[in-house]
Amino acid sequence: MTQVSAIRSMWDFYVVGARTTMAVQFQYRAAMYMYTLGMVSEPVIYLVVWRTIANQHGGTINGLGVGQIAAYYIVWTLVRTFNIVFTPFGWEWRIREGTLSSQLLRPIHPVHYDMATFAGQKVPWLIMYAPIAVGLGLIFHPVLHPNVLQVVVFFVAIWGAYVIRSLNHFVLGMLTIFTTRATAIFQVWFLAELLVSGRLVPLTLMPHWAQSVAAWLPFKWTFYFPIEALVGGMSAHTLLTGLLWQCFWAAIGSALVFVTFRLAVRHYSAVGN
Amino acid sequence: MRRGLGLAWTYVRLGFLNEMQYRANFFVAIFQSLLSVAVAIAVLALVYSHTASLHGWSQSELLVVLGVQILLGGFIHASVQPNMERLTQEVQDGKLDFALTKPADSQLMISMRELRLWQLVDVVSGVIVVMVGVSRLHPAVGVGHTFAFLALLLIGASLLYCFWLVLATGSFWVVNMWFLSDLFEGMYQVGRWPIGVYPGWLRYSMTYLVPIGLAVTVPAQAMTHRLHWTTVAVALGFALVVFALARRFWRFGLSRYSGASA
Repeated sequence: MTQVSAIRSMWDFYVVGARTTMAVQFQYRAAMYMYTLGMVSEPVIYLVVWRTIANQHGGTINGLGVGQIAAYYIVWTLVRTFNIVFTPFGWEWRIREGTLSSQLLRPIHPVHYDMATFAGQKVPWLIMYAPIAVGLGLIFHPVLHPNVLQVVVFFVAIWGAYVIRSLNHFVLGMLTIFTTRATAIFQVWFLAELLVSGRLVPLTLMPHWAQSVAAWLPFKWTFYFPIEALVGGMSAHTLLTGLLWQCFWAAIGSALVFVTFRLAVRHYSAVGN
Repeated sequence: MRRGLGLAWTYVRLGFLNEMQYRANFFVAIFQSLLSVAVAIAVLALVYSHTASLHGWSQSELLVVLGVQILLGGFIHASVQPNMERLTQEVQDGKLDFALTKPADSQLMISMRELRLWQLVDVVSGVIVVMVGVSRLHPAVGVGHTFAFLALLLIGASLLYCFWLVLATGSFWVVNMWFLSDLFEGMYQVGRWPIGVYPGWLRYSMTYLVPIGLAVTVPAQAMTHRLHWTTVAVALGFALVVFALARRFWRFGLSRYSGASA
């Protein structure tokens, strides 16, 4: 009974945290739209470049048609929206300013505050992105025919991606407690993510060695898998195995958050306020 | 004019002295610059592993575009962006009064107060990338084109400054401008590829509405034997018009400022 009530109160905590963020975000609609516009330019650039190459080669590139490339990058933005989590650079600020001290006094693990807050941002961003997605669809003519299972797996997978990325970034953020400034480490991490996650390009267009490397890392489960779940022709077995892989990486991330947070808090000396 | 230049030089020296306090950041800047250049070159290699030319641009030519984009990005991050971010923050906090009450041109004041010296590492990286790209081109680039390239770089830098100024002036209406650098960075990535690659609506909007395409691609055209001299005249005329409009817009925005904390 106690466990049920603990889960219930945690759920309530997440709902309240998310709703509060939503209310705050809706206050700054213009700012949010500008941010969304900036974010959309990244996939549009990739889309235009790969579409140009495909068109130069008779409309396909490594078996991917122009319409599939368009679908990949339009869904990409949706997945990217879900992938926005509290950045490790924000942890630098937290440590330098000492704002972590007040968070440590609260009864719930700090990771939950970040996850609840950023989960709430998804709804306003989705509302903002919807008309842009329609516009991109009209311009680039994506080929997208998902079945029901694909749609269901996609909606689970984007939340799975959100959880994995949140946990990984939390662990990275813990490094700042030891180093105060860990920008260089974050840069390397983001470089790896860019290259082998499917963020830059569908993994099937990457060299084979890069695809092999990607198979051993968590990145592809936060970009490539959710996108391909909707736009690719994955079998039911591959889709469900993919969700299991996401669970695996979420478990690894949770364990690392647990361990690194305990180590980091012992080392924490409250810089700043 | 002379007084303005003297003031600007004083701020540059001040910024230099301030940054020299944090010399370790120089190495961080070098590392970040190397990493971003490495990523960009890896992306180029990936693209050219699937094709021999992109909309008529060879890999070496695209290296020149990339170099110009990195170079101008270094200038923006070192000088323009920090000043404009400070402006928007001061409008939000009502602290802009401190700049406005000084006996100097307000636009000059808000454009000169910050200098992130170490970001200029990207300017050096950009120059090296341009040189590598140019060295692989045939026929070699002449003196005339090199001078045109330098002139067009200045025009490009001026256009990007004006674009930032117009964006930052928006803070007089939209007070919370936390999205500004994300918006610019997102759009600035468009300049990494020749503007001709993009579809018409994006090409024209990224040339005249958001002049990133003009700022980056046109100087690169000078070094890749693609420049028509009429383009230089159009770019110069356009830059002068944009500067005049940006200045007018700045003054218009300023007339709305009431000093929130005063």
